[in-house]
Amino acid sequence: MSDLSRRPDDAAVGRALAHESAAQHVTGHALYTDDLVHRTPHVLHAHPVCSPHPHARVTRLDTSRALAVEGVVRVLTADDVPGTNDAGVKHDEPLFPEIVMFVGHAVCWVLGETLEAARLGAEAVEVDYEPLPAIVSLTEAIEAESFQGGQPVVARGDVEQGLAGAAHVFSGVTEMAGQEHFYLETHASLALVDEAGQVFVQSSTQHPTETQEIVAHVLGLDSHHVTVQCLRMGGGFGGKEMQPHGFAAVAALGAVLTGRPVRLRLSRTHDMTMTGKRHGFHAQWRAGFDDDGRLTALEATLTSDGGWSLDLSEPVLARALCHVDNAYWIPHVLLHGRVAHTHKTSQTAFRGFGGPQGMLVVEDVLGRCAPLLGIDPVELRRRNFYVEGQATPYGQVVRHPERVAAAWDQVMTTGEVERRRREIAAFNAAHEHTKRALAVTPVKFGISFNFTAFNQAGALVHVYKDGSVLINHGGTEMGQGLHTKMLQVAATSLGVPLGKVRLAPTRTDKVPNTSATAASSSADLNGGAVKNACEQILSRLRQVDAGRGLPWEDLVREAYFSRVQLWAAGFYRTEGIHWDSTVMRGHPFKYFAYGVAAAEVEVDGFTGAYRTRRVDIVHDVGDSLSPLVDLGQVEGGFVQGVGWLTLEDLRWDESSGPGRGRLTTQAASTYKLPSIGELPDELNVALLEHAHEDGVVYGSKAVGEPPVMLAFAVREALREAAAAFGPDGTSVDLASPATPEAVFWAAERARSAGSDHVVEGLPGAVPDRPDPTAPALHPRSEQADRGTAGG
Amino acid sequence: MAEPQITVNGQPRPLAGVPAHTNALDFVRGLGLTGAKEGCAEGECGACAVLVARPDGDGSRWAPVNACLVPALALDGQEVVTAEGLGGPDDLHPVQTGLAEAGGSQCGYCTPGFVCSMAAEYYRPDRTPGPDGFDVHAIGGNLCRCTGYRPIRDAACALGSPSPADPLAGRQDRPAPPPAPTRVDGFARPADLAEALALLAEHPDATVLAGSTDWGVEANLRGRRAAYVVAVDRLPELRDLTTGADGVEIGAALTLSEVEAALGDDVPLLAQVWPQFASRLIRNGATIGGNVATASPIGDLAPALLALDARLVLASAAGDREVALAGFFTGYRETVLRPAELVRAVRVPTPLAAHTTFRKIAKRRFDDISSVAVAVALDVVDGTVARARIGLGGVAATPVRALATEAALEGRPWDLDTVEAASAVLAGEGTPIDDQRASAAYRSAMLGNALKAWWDQAWQGGGSA
Repeated sequence: MSDLSRRPDDAAVGRALAHESAAQHVTGHALYTDDLVHRTPHVLHAHPVCSPHPHARVTRLDTSRALAVEGVVRVLTADDVPGTNDAGVKHDEPLFPEIVMFVGHAVCWVLGETLEAARLGAEAVEVDYEPLPAIVSLTEAIEAESFQGGQPVVARGDVEQGLAGAAHVFSGVTEMAGQEHFYLETHASLALVDEAGQVFVQSSTQHPTETQEIVAHVLGLDSHHVTVQCLRMGGGFGGKEMQPHGFAAVAALGAVLTGRPVRLRLSRTHDMTMTGKRHGFHAQWRAGFDDDGRLTALEATLTSDGGWSLDLSEPVLARALCHVDNAYWIPHVLLHGRVAHTHKTSQTAFRGFGGPQGMLVVEDVLGRCAPLLGIDPVELRRRNFYVEGQATPYGQVVRHPERVAAAWDQVMTTGEVERRRREIAAFNAAHEHTKRALAVTPVKFGISFNFTAFNQAGALVHVYKDGSVLINHGGTEMGQGLHTKMLQVAATSLGVPLGKVRLAPTRTDKVPNTSATAASSSADLNGGAVKNACEQILSRLRQVDAGRGLPWEDLVREAYFSRVQLWAAGFYRTEGIHWDSTVMRGHPFKYFAYGVAAAEVEVDGFTGAYRTRRVDIVHDVGDSLSPLVDLGQVEGGFVQGVGWLTLEDLRWDESSGPGRGRLTTQAASTYKLPSIGELPDELNVALLEHAHEDGVVYGSKAVGEPPVMLAFAVREALREAAAAFGPDGTSVDLASPATPEAVFWAAERARSAGSDHVVEGLPGAVPDRPDPTAPALHPRSEQADRGTAGG
Repeated sequence: MAEPQITVNGQPRPLAGVPAHTNALDFVRGLGLTGAKEGCAEGECGACAVLVARPDGDGSRWAPVNACLVPALALDGQEVVTAEGLGGPDDLHPVQTGLAEAGGSQCGYCTPGFVCSMAAEYYRPDRTPGPDGFDVHAIGGNLCRCTGYRPIRDAACALGSPSPADPLAGRQDRPAPPPAPTRVDGFARPADLAEALALLAEHPDATVLAGSTDWGVEANLRGRRAAYVVAVDRLPELRDLTTGADGVEIGAALTLSEVEAALGDDVPLLAQVWPQFASRLIRNGATIGGNVATASPIGDLAPALLALDARLVLASAAGDREVALAGFFTGYRETVLRPAELVRAVRVPTPLAAHTTFRKIAKRRFDDISSVAVAVALDVVDGTVARARIGLGGVAATPVRALATEAALEGRPWDLDTVEAASAVLAGEGTPIDDQRASAAYRSAMLGNALKAWWDQAWQGGGSA
C-alpha cells in the first residue's frame, strides 16, 4: 500500500459528515458572489445587448441614446479593451464581436447605477446587423461539412475483419440531445480595483486561475495584477469551467474604466441563451456480434455539436471517444470524432465531459441489438464485460475489472432482480395498457484529466501559534463537498481534531496556477496537495517532538519558539499517466471508477408517461473520504443523469422563420429539470465495499461525474417497457431525451411491430469516414499558447 | 394612511421609495437578507421562497410564496419570515437541523427556499408528524440541482412537531395582518370594491394585480412595467366562498390554496386538479379570478371549469353581470372583460356531474405546464350519456369546449363502442400546434386517448368513476 493511500486508525476521513457549510446553507447565511453586492457600496450593474440573429455582421453600433438614459454610466464596447479582445483560451471567442455567432451573443455591455437603468440603457443601444447564413442543427452541419478543430481517431485491430467475421452485424444512428446545466446560481462576477490598480474579481468560477488569465489578457495586464476569488458556487456541473471568464473580464473592464465596483449577474434567460451546455451528439455505427452475443467489432463516427467556438469541445470529444467502450471488451474498434461548428451557444464541459455521450452509443447499440440477437439485455451486457488483462481501445489496461462484476452481482442480489423480472413479466402479460421493465447497466469511467498537465494541484496550510490550522487549496466548492473532504484530509494528516481546522476561500493569490475543479479529480489532486503540505509541517514537528509525544498545542508552541516553519505549500502531481492526443493512445487515467444501477419503470401506454418505481445502485468510491458527501454525489449525479436522458429537452428553432437559431426552451417554465416528483419511489444506494484504491489519497476514488451514467438503467428500462407494448423481440429506437412523448411514440412503433431503424447485415450503413488528412487533436488540446490560434 | 412597510423577521422595514416593479425578493435582499435567491425569476424554482402570514379562519397560516413574483408594495402591512428569520447558524430551526444533518444541502443555493417551504408544512396545524404526515407536494415547487431530492424527502418525512413555545407556531393562533390600504406612486391597494372600480375608471391603463404569478413573470422576464397597479387580491368583496342551492360561488381573489382548502372534496373534479396545478408556492399566490382572467390557453383550471359549466360574475361601476366561462375567452389572451371591469366571482352550478376526470399531459409530474389538459364531466343515466361537458387546454388559442365530442357522447350508451367513436372525434378537436412542450401530433393523440384511458382505468369491468 502506498503512503498516499494508507489510512491511520481513527481517521477524520471516512466519517459521515454533513457539508461543512450546511449550517450556513440552511439559514441563508452562506454567501455567493452576487450576495456580496449588497455588502459593497457604489456598485454598478452590467446588462448585455444581445444579438437577435444567429449569425450576422454588426454594421453599426450607436450607444448615444443609451448614454442619455438616466442612470446609465458607460457602455463597454470593443474600443474599450486595452488588451486582447477575447474571452477564451483558443482565441476564437471575441469578447465584443464584430460578427455575432449565435442568438444572444453580447455585442456590448451597459453599466448603470441600477440594474433597471442598465437594462433600459441596453434597450436604447442601436445596432444594425447584416444577417449571414446560419447553421443551426447538427445534421445541417454534417451535411454542410461545417466542422471545427481536430478530428481524432481511436483505432484498434481491423474493424472490417472483425465485422466480416461476425455472426451478426447491425448498423444504425444514435442521436442524443445536450443538457443545460441549470445550476441554481447563474453566472456572477463582482470586480473591484484597489488603490494600486490591482484587480480583484469575485467570480462564480470553477477555474479561478483561467478566469485570472483571461481577465489579465483582456485588460492587458500580467497575471500578478489580477486576483480571482471564489467563495462558493451555487452549482457548477462544468458550466462554470470555461464560461465565467468573459463575464469576469467584462466586470473587470468596467471596474478599471469607471473606478467603481461592477457587478455582472446573468438572469436565468441570459444564462440559458448565452452560455454553453452539454454537447448533443450524433453517432453512426456498425457493430458485430458473435453467436454468443459477444461484441467482435464496433465502428462509430461521433459528431458533437460544438456551437460557435471550440471552447472545450476537443477534450470533450476525446473523452467521448475514450468512453464508447464503457465496461465492454471490443476486440476491433474504429472510432472517428469531429466537432460540428454551428451558430449556437458554445457547448462546453458538463459533468461527465463527453463520457456520457460516448457511453450512450454502446448502450444504445446493446439495447437495440439485444432483441434482434434474441439475448436478454441483462445477459448481453454481463457477457461483454472486460476481464483482467484486457485493455481499452486506446491502450490502457483496465485495472480491477472484477469490481464491475462484483457490483453487478451485488445489485442483482440485493435488488432481487431475477424475482422482480419474473413478476414484471407476469404484470405485463396481465396489463395491456401499462408495462413495466427492469434494466441493469454498468459504468466504467476514467479518472484524471486527459490533458496530462492539468493533473497537478497546490495547497497552502498554515499552523498558527495557538495550534489552529487554516488550509487553502486550488479547488473550488460548488456543492460537491470538496471543502468538507479537504478539512477531513487535513485533520487526518495532522492528527488533530476537525474543529482545529478551518478552510479559507479559494483565491489565486494563495494558491497559484491551479487546474479547473473538474474531471472529478479535485479531491484526488487537492487532497494530495493538502496532505503533502501537512506532512511537510509534521516532519518538522516530529523533529521538534523528538519522540516525546507532546500534545499538539505544546508542540506547535515549542516549534514556533524554536524558529521552525509552521506553514507549508503542498504540491501533488498524478504519477503514472501519459497521453498522446495526436494518436489517441496512452494511459490517460489514473484508475477507473465503477458502478452498476438497476432501474424499474412503469409506462402508461396511453400517454407515454412513466414513473421510476425502484432503483438499486452499487457504486465504487474506493475507501470513501466522506460517506455522506459521496452518497450525495451518487444520488445527485444519478438524478441529474436521469434528467438528461428523460426530461430535459433543449429545443432550438431550426425553422427558416425569423426565430431561427433561437433557444425556445430558455427558461425554467419551458426547460424542465427533475423535481421531487421524479425521485424514484425507492432509491437504494450502496457504496462498494473492499474498494481501497492504492496510490490515491487515503485509498479513495473520485465520485463527481461517474454516477451520472448510472442513469442509463432508467433509459434502458424505458426502452424495454416501450418494447413490451409490441411483440417479443421488438427492437426499439428511443429518442434521447426519452420524454413521455418520445416514449409514447416508441411504444406506438412497438405496437405496430417493426424493428426500428436498425439495419442488419453487411455492409449496412457505413459511418462517415472523415478525410484521413483531417487534423488530429492538438498535442495540448485543452489550451493553446497565448497569442496563437489554437487547434 | 400609514407609511408603507413590511415586517420582515419581526422588524418593520419601510417601503418608502420602493418602485412598483421592485419585487419582494429584491427588496429583502436589499435589506441584506440574501438567503432568498433568484433562481429563475418566474416562480418555477422556489429558491426565493419566503413565508407570509395569511388569514386562516380566526387565525393565520404561514404560507410560502415565490418572493420573485410579488411586488414588494403588495406586501405592505404584512409579516414576512425568511430563512434567516427561522434560525441562525448557532441556533438552527428544527427544519434547518433536519435538512443539514440529512445531507439535504450541497451547493446550498436552493436550500433557504426549501427551508421555507418545509417550515410552512411543519407548521400546518392539521399535519401529523411522521413519514405520511409530510405532504411532499409542499416542496414540489422547489428545485434542487445537486442532491437528487432523496435526503430532502427523508428530512421532510422525519420532521416532528413544533414545541408549544415555538413563536411561529404561536403566531398562527392570531389573525393575519389585515390588508393595508396603500396609495403610492404607481401603486394602489384600494380598501374595497367600489374604490377599486373607481380607481380603474380613473386609470384606464392600470394593471389589475391579484396573485401576480403571471404579471410577475412578465415584469421579471420581459421587462414589462405597469403604468399603474391596482391590487385587488385582498378586496373583501372578492374573498367569500358561499354554497347555495344552485351552486358554489367562489370569490375571485381567493388563492387556489384557499379554494382548495375550502372546497375539500366538494367538487371532485377540482380536487383532482389541485395537486397537478403548478406548485404549492404558486397556488399560495395565484387567485382563481386571476387564473381565469389572464386567459392562458394552457391553464389547467379553465378546462376543468369549462367542464363544470362555470360562470363568471363580472363587476363594474355599472353593476354585476354574469357570463358563461365558455363565452368568456375571445382570443389568445383576450376576454369579454371591459375596461374598468373585474372578475368578482366564479360560480360552479350544482348539481355537479356524477362522473368527472382531469387528465393533464406534461413532461414532469409536479410543477409543470400542460402540453394538453382534458377535463370531462359526464352524467350517465340508465347506461346512456345524458350530458357531457369536456374542457380542453393546450390545443387552441384559448381553453375550449370539445363540442363535437360532447355531441358524439350525449344520447349514446356509455360503452366501449361509444368511447372509441367519441375518442376519434376528440382527437380532431382544437387546432394544436408544434412547440417546445409537445408536437401537434402528440397533442392530438393525447386527446384521442383521454377517454380511452379513463375508460380503461375507471370504468372497464363495470367500475364507475
